[in-house]
Amino acid sequence: MTWSEMQPLLSQASWDTLYMVGWSTLIAIVGGLPLGVLLVLTDRGGLLQNVVANKVIGQVVNIARSLPFIILMVALMSFTRLITGTTIGRDAAIVPLAIGAIPFFARLVETAVREVDHGLVEAVQAMGGNTWTIVRKVLVPEALPSLISSATTTVVALIGYSAMAGTVGAGGLGDIAIRYGYQRFETGLMWVTVAVLAVVIALIQFAGDAGARALHRRGGRGGPAPRLRLLKAKEPDTATATDAAGIRRTA
Amino acid sequence: MITTSGLTKIYRSGGREVTAIDGVDLHVREGEVFGVIGQSGAGKSSLIRCVNLLERPTSGTVTVDGQDLTALAGRGPRASKALRQARSRIGMVFQHFNLLSSRTVQENVELPLEILGRSGRERSAKALELLDLVGLADKAKAYPAQLSGGQKQRVGIARALAGDPKVLLSDEATSALDPETTRSILQLLRDLNRQLGLTVLLITHEMDVVKTVCDSAALMERGRVVESGTVGELLATPGSQLAAALFPVGGDPSGPAGTVLDITFHGESTGRPVISQLARNYNVDVSILGAAVDTVGGAQIGRMRIELPGRYEDNVVPVGFLREQGLQVELVDPDEEAVDPDEEAVVNAKAVVNAKEVTK
Ligand SMILES: Nc1ncnc2c1ncn2[C@@H]1O[C@H](COP(=O)(O)OP(=O)(O)OP(=O)(O)O)[C@@H](O)[C@H]1O
Ligand SMILES: [Mg+2]
Repeated sequence: MTWSEMQPLLSQASWDTLYMVGWSTLIAIVGGLPLGVLLVLTDRGGLLQNVVANKVIGQVVNIARSLPFIILMVALMSFTRLITGTTIGRDAAIVPLAIGAIPFFARLVETAVREVDHGLVEAVQAMGGNTWTIVRKVLVPEALPSLISSATTTVVALIGYSAMAGTVGAGGLGDIAIRYGYQRFETGLMWVTVAVLAVVIALIQFAGDAGARALHRRGGRGGPAPRLRLLKAKEPDTATATDAAGIRRTA
Repeated sequence: MITTSGLTKIYRSGGREVTAIDGVDLHVREGEVFGVIGQSGAGKSSLIRCVNLLERPTSGTVTVDGQDLTALAGRGPRASKALRQARSRIGMVFQHFNLLSSRTVQENVELPLEILGRSGRERSAKALELLDLVGLADKAKAYPAQLSGGQKQRVGIARALAGDPKVLLSDEATSALDPETTRSILQLLRDLNRQLGLTVLLITHEMDVVKTVCDSAALMERGRVVESGTVGELLATPGSQLAAALFPVGGDPSGPAGTVLDITFHGESTGRPVISQLARNYNVDVSILGAAVDTVGGAQIGRMRIELPGRYEDNVVPVGFLREQGLQVELVDPDEEAVDPDEEAVVNAKAVVNAKEVTK
């Protein structure tokens, strides 16, 4: 297959992936953010402590998260038809993608919001703020760098899931890799697809990290952004490497 | 201004009960700086958090500016509207500042005003005025992460004042700061107290803080207030642990044979040559073991530790003479101080104060 043959396929597939991932990310954020915040608020000692609600939400989230995406997609068929009127194509794929990503993102939100210093909550309570004020002015803004990292992770995971959406005829990059690379032995096209996916994921990760880090630098609290921490953890390795180099040189 | 009566707080967690506050009656008068001191775990934070009902007391009442807060519905996060309004009239500053890192200094100070529903223009005018008051007008656009600890606490104080409170609560506001910064923050609190007529209830574990800014003080031990009063009253109370810690005199006796006395001079008695009169009139050899004159709570006060030869029974007449002169005289038992566990707090506090004296 020549490049001029691949090019239209690739651009259509990229657009399909972007479309599915974009919409499902949006829905995942709109649904997962309140759910994650609610998980923190209803927990024991939380502002809206409600052990029963917390258990129920937690269980639903856990079950939805543990289902393999392909099964979720099949299980949700009738629901998908109810919403989009069809069970095949890009729009139909968005429904299971979004529903799979909501609990995924909600758990990440929960972790991020839990890390907000309780002293800040207390300070706003002492000013006479109510729970809604605390959510809007403390929990979400203070967790924002972590929330951006969480959203990035969700987008990357959704790109992975969307490869399976090809099975319902939704197209996308994953789909052409399977259809052409696996079923028709078009290895060239497959590798190009892999490269495009890798570049897209790297760009998204880079943008997300840069955003989170920019906010972190402004806030500067609670240490460096996750990426930086990763680099820090690797530091001893480089140190031993240079040490080894030093020893070799002196030897 | 702040009155608690029979205030009790019992924490229940996992079947265990901790009585953090045990029947505390506290009275903070309008316009004064009141210090609560005590060891870690004495219940100081629990007490101050009960004052604005961040913690709902198990029993007892809290009255602030004539309003019984304990009668208002809601606890902690689920506070009723009335309780939240009452809270907005009580400022609070925290040990770890608790500033929002996502907001600039000015936006942090504006937060209480946002909660009160003030307009944008009013908020920024008020915030800038307060930042000017605490000496941080040039940092309005900075983020908290770019400030030093002392500057952060100034922002915390400005924020606490945004709702024009009559009462300021401060839980160890200077404990995370170095001595120099501590002094400047205390000075600021004192100035605000004078300029705005602000009533300040502050918690601390440093005697120096009480000494520098407080009009009155209370000592807490295991959830109870064991001593309280104005600094003057405390110093005039024989055997007061707070007085001894506020104004310690050192000096070891030369031997076991003598009688060691701590003498406190107040007001006009500070100027009289009492000791030389004592030596002359009774023909005793007075050894001065330690002495200091200081200003505590705005009043001149002197303390002296002296040793007279012979046992206490032999010195009844000279001691009587000193008391006649209007001095406060206490017998120092050299063994007692080290043994009595109740005195531990004071000994520790003394150690802190003494250590400060040495480093100066
Ligand atoms: N939320 C809580 N749950 C259970 N026990 C608590 C809670 N808060 C405080 N306590 C207990 O109450 C007692 C008093 O605590 P408090 O924090 O009031 O002491 P403190 O005098 O402020 O001490 P420090 O000087 O260390 O701040 C302690 O024994 C503490 O363990
Ligand atoms: Mg405390």
